Amino acid sequence: MISRGSDLETDGGKKYEYLYHIADAKFRAFGPTLEEAFENAALALFNVMINTSNLEALEERKIEITSPDIKMLLVEWLSELLYLFEVDEIIFSEFRIDKIEKKCEDFSLIGKASGVPIDLLYHKFDTQVKAVTFHELEVEQDKTGGFWVQVVVDT
Amino acid sequence: MADGSTKDAASILRKVNDYTWDIPMDYKPGMRVPGRIFVSSKLLESLEHDTLTQVSNVATLPGIQKFAMAMPDAHSGYGFPIGGVAAFDRDTGIISPGGVGYDINCGVRIIKTNLTVDEVRPGMKELIELLFHEIPSGVGSKSKLRASDSELTDAFLHGAKWAVESGYGVKEDVEHCEENGYMKIADPSKVGEKARKRGKPQFGTLGSGNHFLEVQYVDEVYDPEVAKVFGLHKGQVTVMIHCGSRGAGHQICDDYLKILDRATHKYGIQLPDRQLACAPAESTEGQNYYKAMAAGANYAWANRQVITHWVREAFARFFRRDDLSMDLIYDVAHNVAKLEEHTIDNEKKMVYVHRKGATRAFPPGHPDIPFSYRKVGQPVLIPGSMGTPSFVLHGTQKAMELTFGSACHGSGRVSSRGAAKREFHGETIQKELAARGISVRATHPSIIAEEAPGVYKPSEDVVDVVHQLGIARKVVKLMPIGVAKG
Repeated sequence: MISRGSDLETDGGKKYEYLYHIADAKFRAFGPTLEEAFENAALALFNVMINTSNLEALEERKIEITSPDIKMLLVEWLSELLYLFEVDEIIFSEFRIDKIEKKCEDFSLIGKASGVPIDLLYHKFDTQVKAVTFHELEVEQDKTGGFWVQVVVDT
Repeated sequence: MADGSTKDAASILRKVNDYTWDIPMDYKPGMRVPGRIFVSSKLLESLEHDTLTQVSNVATLPGIQKFAMAMPDAHSGYGFPIGGVAAFDRDTGIISPGGVGYDINCGVRIIKTNLTVDEVRPGMKELIELLFHEIPSGVGSKSKLRASDSELTDAFLHGAKWAVESGYGVKEDVEHCEENGYMKIADPSKVGEKARKRGKPQFGTLGSGNHFLEVQYVDEVYDPEVAKVFGLHKGQVTVMIHCGSRGAGHQICDDYLKILDRATHKYGIQLPDRQLACAPAESTEGQNYYKAMAAGANYAWANRQVITHWVREAFARFFRRDDLSMDLIYDVAHNVAKLEEHTIDNEKKMVYVHRKGATRAFPPGHPDIPFSYRKVGQPVLIPGSMGTPSFVLHGTQKAMELTFGSACHGSGRVSSRGAAKREFHGETIQKELAARGISVRATHPSIIAEEAPGVYKPSEDVVDVVHQLGIARKVVKLMPIGVAKG
């Protein structure tokens, strides 16, 4: 399910980078493991809306997802975080995925996200992410064994 | 030429006339109809290659009629391009959330007043401050309205009509909304729990991004007779509200993309882009989406209606008068799919018209437009970007012939948000606009930079193509004097 041998090499230090998109936000996230690439994609997602670097991680939410394929798993992981952000009003800044597994035909993920409750007096948001799209969605493994994912979010 | 665009757009396209360019069917395997882009040669220069790809992807979908179209403000999106219009046969075609987008019934309404620009401009800074505080906007903003579960269901079911019956407006308001403010096909039982949870606290909020509330005035009248029918005259102050279905709509789209992703496989539909997930229009999956989408659209109409009520209250308080004649001129959806009758090859057909970043533009005499406007055609409301003019046009028979009764929806971006933030400084833009007599109030400066006038195609250029093509004709130009955005 994951294409291998991509020419793009995951950069050792870089967690994610934003790519050009005219109306929405597009990013790539990297990791030595698929789990870390997914975690970094979550970080990129929240940093479209707000700089999370100085935020505390006070509240935690556990997340379990099962999807029919790995790309859908990525979309559902990010969509769930976006949902919890809106409904529970938490800006997530730390992500931990224990394991991404293939079970029978499905892919599953167990992880957690932690962050700080929204306080509009302190938190200055840029534009809101409306949703995580399937457009130009990629989950790839590079020649060195590292992983990168690509996501376009609707803003 | 815009970044991300291509110099070969002109080499791919075949010129039909000065404002019409076709993507031939051999451009991409599987195209069932040609693509058709309505642009001037000037706007063609900023057309991205991705937009052409997305138009040709739409052209591969089953049951598509005539052309996969793009309006002059088109730019690349996901699935359909923004500014995309496509109609699918009810019996042989599909319905796709990718042809509507996440912000179901993102739309625009204009409210008139009996105030003149000279009366309003002196206090504009204070007025926009008041409006900014009265109408919640921006990420994480809380509504003043605490909707109960049953009220939320009623909003999904009856849209603006519910809002008016609950005290947020007058009955004439619903008559002046597309679909009379609610799609009757809506079924709240098709809306999931997550969409309800996202939608509930955001009901009565403007949102962020390109959404705004603007105080404007009629700067130029192109067609005095039609302007009179719409109740507009030079120097008059109007209010424009641009917002959508908030988290409710986003989640409905999200949920059904996953359902239709499975349906695509089930019905053996080949797709060039997963974001175009779809199902046969009349299948259970397709109809469930349509009914949920309609509920989302109704939520948006209710949302704009509630905001309208607060705008009227704020104006009455500010001017210490409640006789400001703040009638709703019209309310249009620009992200929606609808079952409509159109004449195709001299035959009347029922088709699902998908408008994603496009406005319905029905002609004089059409039964679906308010009686008071039936002689002149539907008001077509085209918002400009921050600091640039907006336009009111009227629908024509030509649109029925060329574009399934559709026109453009705005200016269309030419620069990304990231580039905008690098290129523009929010506070500088705010000062420049203030010097031009436009007060801008936003949650913080980078919001202004993201939506700076320079990141959009000039609204005049886009509207001129529509006017020249004759798919809608210019009635008045509106200039902003105050902008509130989240």
